Formats: sequence, C-alpha cells, structure tokens
Amino acid sequence: MKLLLEHAHVEGIRYYDTYRKNGGYRSVEKAFKMTPEEIVEEVKKSGLRGRGGAGFPTGMKWSFLAKPEGVPRHLVCNADESEPGTFKDRYLMEFIPHLLIEGLIVSSFALGSNATYIYIRGEYAWIVDILEQAIQEAKNNGWLGKNILNTGFDCEIYVQRGGGAYICGEETALIESLEGKRGNPRIKPPFPAIQGVWMRPTVVNNVETLAAVVPIINNGGEAYAKIGVGKSTGTKLLSVCGNVKKPGIYEIDMTQTVEEFIFSDEYCGGIANGKKLKACIPGGSSVPILPANLTLKTAKGEARYMNYESLADGGFATGSMMGSGGFIVLDDSQCVVRHTMTLARFYNHESCGQCSPCREGTGWMYKILKNIEYGKGKMSDIDLLWDIQRKIEGNTICPLGDAAAWPVAAAIRHFRDEFEWHVNNPDEAQQRNYGLAHYADPIHVPVTA
Amino acid sequence: MSDQKFKVTIDNITVEVAPGTTILNAARMIGGDVTPPAMCYYSKLEGSGGKCRTCLVEVSKGSEKDPRPMPKLVASCRTTVMDGMEVKNITSPKVLDARKGVVEMLLINHPLDCPVCDQAGECHLQDLSYEHGASGTRYEFDRRTFEKEDIGDYISLHMTRCILCYRCVFTADQLTNKREHGILERGDHAEISTLLGKSLDNEFIGNVIDVCPVGALTDKTFRFKNRVWFTKPVDAHRDCPTCSGKVRLWMRGDEVFRVTARKDQWGEVEEWICNDCRFHKKETKDWVIEGPSKIDRHSVISQGHYVGVKKQPVLIDKVIGKNPKLLLDIHKVSDVNRPEIELSKIEGPAHSDDFKPNK
Repeated sequence: MKLLLEHAHVEGIRYYDTYRKNGGYRSVEKAFKMTPEEIVEEVKKSGLRGRGGAGFPTGMKWSFLAKPEGVPRHLVCNADESEPGTFKDRYLMEFIPHLLIEGLIVSSFALGSNATYIYIRGEYAWIVDILEQAIQEAKNNGWLGKNILNTGFDCEIYVQRGGGAYICGEETALIESLEGKRGNPRIKPPFPAIQGVWMRPTVVNNVETLAAVVPIINNGGEAYAKIGVGKSTGTKLLSVCGNVKKPGIYEIDMTQTVEEFIFSDEYCGGIANGKKLKACIPGGSSVPILPANLTLKTAKGEARYMNYESLADGGFATGSMMGSGGFIVLDDSQCVVRHTMTLARFYNHESCGQCSPCREGTGWMYKILKNIEYGKGKMSDIDLLWDIQRKIEGNTICPLGDAAAWPVAAAIRHFRDEFEWHVNNPDEAQQRNYGLAHYADPIHVPVTA
Repeated sequence: MSDQKFKVTIDNITVEVAPGTTILNAARMIGGDVTPPAMCYYSKLEGSGGKCRTCLVEVSKGSEKDPRPMPKLVASCRTTVMDGMEVKNITSPKVLDARKGVVEMLLINHPLDCPVCDQAGECHLQDLSYEHGASGTRYEFDRRTFEKEDIGDYISLHMTRCILCYRCVFTADQLTNKREHGILERGDHAEISTLLGKSLDNEFIGNVIDVCPVGALTDKTFRFKNRVWFTKPVDAHRDCPTCSGKVRLWMRGDEVFRVTARKDQWGEVEEWICNDCRFHKKETKDWVIEGPSKIDRHSVISQGHYVGVKKQPVLIDKVIGKNPKLLLDIHKVSDVNRPEIELSKIEGPAHSDDFKPNK
C-alpha cells in the first residue's frame, strides 16, 4: 500500500510539471472548496497520528490551536530530523518535495497560517535548495503567494535552516531557534498552540504528517482511516538501517508483523551475511531496544505487528515504541554495550544543558558505559547506571532526558548479562567487540514470502 | 476577579493565594520546610526558573474541577496553582528521591573547593547539599574544567563552579541595556562567557554577583579578603545618584570588607545597587549606618548574630502522613539515643550496652 511514495519512482517527480501530471496539487484544488473547519474535521476523521515520534493525533492538535482575533497564526513544519536511524523525511523532501509543499498549503489554509515555516536541519543543506526551488515553482504556478486560486487566501512558505542541534527537533526548542534565539526548550504550559512562534498560536508538525494530509484530502478522511489497524491508521514511512539485506525507506500500512517486515523479500529481506537477528530498535534511537524474541513476539506470545499499539504492547518492560520510524536492526555480531555507549555519547553531546539531571546525567552515563565497554567497569556500575537513568527520566523540561534514559534502561533490562560479561571478561570484551551472541538464539524460521 | 482566591494545599497545609501564583510562591507563604529549594528561580527576574529541577514537587490532585494527579513531578517555580490543588513536597518520597538525584547531579561536576571559595557560607548549593544531598559521591571521573576567562576588573568568573542557572543572563537582560555575556556551547560543556572575551562593564552588572547562587561570579574587590561568616552584616545607605543606595556592608571592626545588596529570607536581592556603591565605596565614612542587618535566612552567615531571626514555624504536627526525613525525631528511630537514661549515672565511659532497652 503506497500513498506517499506512490509516484516516487516516476522520473522527474521532483519537478513541478511531472508532479502535476501525476495528480499533484489536486488536494489544494479540493481543499480550497472546503472551509478550514471541514479540513480539520477531515483530518480528525482520518485518525492521522503525528509521525514525528510521539504519535499524538494530528486533528486534535489542530483543533487545540487558539484563534484570537487579529493575531496571526503560524504553521511550522518540523524538518529537523536528527534522530539517529531516522531518515524518512529526508527521502520525502529530497525526491518528492512538492508533496510536502502541497500538504503545507492545505494545512496552512486549514489553520489560517499566512506565513508558514519549514525548519530544516542544517546538515540537509542540499535539500534547502530543492525545497526552495519547489516553492518557487509552486509560486510561479499560482499555488503560493497572494490570493491563491482567487480565494483571497495568502500564503508564503519560508525555509529556515537549523544549526545542527538535535534538541531543535523538540517543538519548543525549534520555535526558540526559529525566533533566532538559543535553542533551549521552553517550559510548557503555555503550549505552542496558545503561544508559539513570536508568542502567536502555532502548530508544529512533522514532514511526514503534513505530507499525509494530501492523500487524506484527496481520498477523504474515512478512506484513510480504513487503511491500517485500530488507532494506527494510514501508512507509515520507515527508514530501515542496520544489518539487513535491504536497508532503505519502506512505506507500510501497519498490518505487517515485525517478522514479515524483517524477513520477507518485499521489505528488509532478512539479516545480511547469513547472520542472526539479535536485537531491534523499532522507532529511532531513543526508544527502548528489544531482544530478538521480544521483537518478533509480545510477552504474551502473540505475533508483534508493525503499528503503534502492538510495538508498545507490554509497556517498557517488554515492549517499545513506534517512535519516528527509525528501524534499526542489530545482528549477532553487534555488541549491545558498545551500541548503548554510542547512543549515550550522542545524548551527552546533544543535551542542551538547561536541566541539571540531563546535563550532568547524560555525561555521567556515557563515562560509565565507556568504562564498561573498555573493560574498566565494575559490577556496581550497572546498578549505578540504572539509578542515574531513573533520576533523569521524567525530571526534565523536554523529552530529551527521557530519550537519553530509555535506551540505557532497556539495554540493562534486556541485556544485563551482556553488561556483566563485559565486566567479568574485560580482555575478551575488548578483543572481540560483539558481546554475547546467545541473544540471537531463539530465532524463528523466516516467513516465506 | 482581583479578590478571587485559590485554595492550595501543600503538605497538608492549606493556604489561600491569588490566581497566577506559582506553587513555589504559595509554599513560601507557608514557609519552613514545606518550601521547595530553588537554585535557578528568582522572583525578581522574569522568565527565570524551571531549569535546576530542585524545586520538583508532586501534584497529587490537579484542581477541584480536574482532580487527576499530574503524571510527572513538576517544577513548582513555573507551575501556577489551581483552585483545590493538592501538592506534596516533603511528604512525598518520590520528590525527596528525585531531589536527592538532582543535588547529586549538580555536585558531580562541582569542584567542591569551598575552603577557597568566597561564596562559602552564603552559598545556596552548600545549603542545598547539606539539606538534601548524600555524604559521599558515586562519581569517580575527572570533573569538568574550563579555561579561565577574565571578564573584567570587578567580577571574577569561576566557570567550574557554575550550575548554569541562567540567573546572571536574565539579570543582564533585564537590568542592563545590552547583555554582553551568555551561555555558549550546550550540554555539559556549556559555559558562561562573553562575546570575544569582552569585559562586563555595565554600571549595574555587579548585581550578577548577588544573584549567583554559587561562587561562579564573585567580587574581585573582596577576593580572598575574608570569610563571610567572620564579617558582620550592617545595613547602610548613601545618597547615590544612580541607584537606591540601600546596601548591606560586611564589616569587621571599622573596616568595610564588602558591599552587597540587601537580601531577603530567600536569598533574593531586595533592591538592585550600582557598581559604584558596590565596588568603590569601601570606607565607613561613605555610608550612613542604620544598624545590624536582620538575617532571616537560616544559614551560617547568621551564626553568632541572630538579630531578629525569624523562628521557623513548627509544622511537624500539620505535616502528617509520611514521616518526612527532615523532620524526623531521632528518639523514635534510634535505640541508642534514649533521653531517659541519665549519662551522669553511668559508671565509666558509656557503652552501647548501657542503652539497651532491657537495662
């Protein structure tokens, strides 16, 4: 089932003419015949959930937007995709930029935003040019600017480059950065829907969320809601990386099992180099890691599906999260301790430094993990790590503290004996840097496609 | 609307406050141990607070209308009260545990050079770690260090001691025309610095020394001159053309060692003073002495001169429920310390056997 990537293979889809020929900008024509309230209602009906990570219902977020008289409102597109393992938005913006522009125009109309911003990650420098070209093309063809389609609605889209900070992907930090300040997350409340960019009501949405508005308007919210399972409606882009045969971007309708997704030839094609599945991070680096058996089956022994509910089944004790869709697969030659250390280093580097637990705790965790990884760890360090992550989680302004704590917590929860092995066999741990392989043992026969 | 009052219950003590008051300020109205500590919040600075996380409290009941508890601990300095809100501070083990964690985090990279630090004695971090911290550290790595930076003739910056509360940044933003210092970098390598090594020379910039909760920003004219608890605080004023001129002199004998602004019981400046009063008027003849300062703050600086010290309200009967650790009665938990045994009647040195219950 392909909605977003339906025409991704068409040559020249990046350019306006080809995109228009393939049914582009139909949703704008349709949406401008509706009232903004009807569009919001349609998005609500679709059950679309935010694709940035938290999975908050988009229609609900839109209806929270305050609409005081005489105060401009803004829509901000969060293209600051910095989570390790996530690169789905880059694909969308690089290859089908007009899909995002189209979604932005419709959403801006629905929310009454005359100035809409794309806050893009600084490292995506070449995509800025692609987006700006697409915006120019859209403007030349009358989809942007003043009095679009003679409806009296004006809209401009501006692309703003970030400076390369992970924290600026957090919506309030993004807003601060967009305003030209230091990218520190704000304390909520007030929420951006009340006071966002320049203290005006603001909606911040992920690239994929805004792109998904296009098929919702084209086919209707109810048709979109029929795709998928339960509250996980529509299609989801997944960026797969790690030790699989076919890493890349996949669009799924969330009805597949994880087993099918990893092993069938239609998707990842199984584990590369004839190795075995050891662990999997299903939603980007900050969600809990799962060992092979819990990746494929829930704690109750049922098959795990690729959707919001099933991946979160069992809470953090035996489950994980759909997150931003950065699907990372680890084979049995990967060391979980080293992997956790790498993530801890990332969060240490990217903490903004406002809240004391996150600022100091992330660095502390990284140093301890480095000790364990390089054979200098003590058994008590593992308990200390657990205690530090517990003191960080939930005690910070923004979710970066949680994001830094969860991978460490899950790694200790599921792979504790690998940590202990590192402490007990320091020399061996340094020589063959892949930890314990036995986690990959309870493996299933691959599903025949 | 103006006379509307919200009822908020903090640690089983109910207080009526105006709408828009934060939990921390409501707790300050009650006073005593119920008040959460605050390292970054400063009531006189707009936008401050929410960063240090020492003031975390548990909201066990959101409001009268919506009684759901808040899922996470909230920063009491930035959360406004709702009518009928119930807050747990020292009666919540979760809060005390989290606070202990925060204090530990604040201290792991702090140099603990109190013996040579000019702030020692009036340092909020010292008080905080005394009240909430652990006696030992579990941190066994090198503490972070910074290259020393000179930020002018009057203010000395010790970045290693900084806890990044942002108070000085807000002070410079809101008190002076142009802020010249700020936070560079991010995470645990973030530091207070000036643009391209400029010096701070605004005429009100000396106030950053007073707002700094630790010894990161100290007075160069007082540097290594004396320990604060050896000097005696005296309120004085002068006819100053730029500021109110109401200051506190720290004297030893007839000598003025240091001039600071007057601080209230929460360690907050009452009236900002200018650099001229602070750094240049160090003679007794410059000032009209009003009399000894009333130190409300429960601290080592009030040691020896408890003039007008407000007695902390006794709250132990009201704070029922969980036995808060801070208000613990030692005789209830210890077998050794039994007040009914008279030490004078024990022959020879006291032994633990002398305190056994059956004796």
